[in-house]
Amino acid sequence: MRTCLVVDDSRVIRKVARRIIEEMGFEVAEAGDGLEALAWCRASMPEAILLDWNMPAMNGIDFLRQLRRERGGDNPTVVFCTVENDLDHIREALSCGAAEYIMKPFDSDIVQSKFAQAKLL
Amino acid sequence: MKPDEIEFVAEVCRAAAGIRVDPDKIYLVESRLAPVARREGFGSIREMLISARQRKEEKLLWSVVEAMAQGETCFLRDPQMFDQLREEVLPQLAVRRQPGHPIRIWSAGCASGQEPYSVAMTVEASGAGVLACGVDILGTDLSERALEKAQAGLFTQFEVQRGLPIQLLARHFEKRDELWALSPRLRAMVRWRRVNLNAELRGLADFDIILCRNVLKAMTAEARERALGQLVQAMAPGGYLVLGAEEALGDLPEGLAAAGPGLHRLDPAARAAA
Repeated sequence: MRTCLVVDDSRVIRKVARRIIEEMGFEVAEAGDGLEALAWCRASMPEAILLDWNMPAMNGIDFLRQLRRERGGDNPTVVFCTVENDLDHIREALSCGAAEYIMKPFDSDIVQSKFAQAKLL
Repeated sequence: MKPDEIEFVAEVCRAAAGIRVDPDKIYLVESRLAPVARREGFGSIREMLISARQRKEEKLLWSVVEAMAQGETCFLRDPQMFDQLREEVLPQLAVRRQPGHPIRIWSAGCASGQEPYSVAMTVEASGAGVLACGVDILGTDLSERALEKAQAGLFTQFEVQRGLPIQLLARHFEKRDELWALSPRLRAMVRWRRVNLNAELRGLADFDIILCRNVLKAMTAEARERALGQLVQAMAPGGYLVLGAEEALGDLPEGLAAAGPGLHRLDPAARAAA
């Protein structure tokens, strides 16, 4: 089964996202910030990452930059999922290699449509 | 709502726009009409309908029809169909073009504009050949309110996250307060007009592509057949009619052959004979 790592410092968001993404046929793992996510990826690269922007320890964009420098770090398809909803953030995410970008709040339709855009479905 | 009120609504919709209202779907009718009643200053749907019925208020009746006509819409709905437009249909139309004759596209039943704007984005991405011959896009809808919204080119965060890839949002939109504004360049590619597909269509002819997706399925069989016939009359020889990818309408007029998801091509000879 394909794995999706959900990275968000809110346990509630992780829980909601987990339910939606499991329903789309992924196995879901969780991380509470960028550092935790990085440790997870070094152990085992997921196919997909749903990534928050603002988090303690290491934020989403720094995590993504670091991820792409890791061995095999080009492989995961990264979908941002954040309250940051201006073009500067979106363009920065795209230039760092994010495939899609979800602006919170989200629902299952949006996640599904964005995963489809990112060719994850 | 009571049965006679539902029946009144159904009859008004049928007569004005050929729209079929299922009298069993009370919940749907109520959920569509409650906001209209509020907006027009009535205490309930019932009060609004009594006023509309007694005074035959055209404007109020139209508000009811427009609310019932509303359908689902989103950007780039049926993405495969838009891929085919971009990769195949538009370039082929461009090759056969004579100078000074732009490709003519009509989005019939365009609601709040996502469809014609999706067409504009697709045209933009379909290469120099298509852009060089020029493209006219017409968006029409029954609802004046929908057209006003469409023309403004302003969409909510929710709307731009349905169907639109983030790259296209970044390329074509700007943030304006809490809304997303489509670029003036793309907005300028679309003309707008109010058209009731249930009425006699005047001055609509020679379209190379007509999109009428998930609109006809909401009409009565009689109204649908008439509307389809008029749409075919408005097509250029060899033109394309695009229906919803999963819209099953039964028998289509003669001369239309399936050409992709929702796509139908009109045999050039069939039109000439008609």
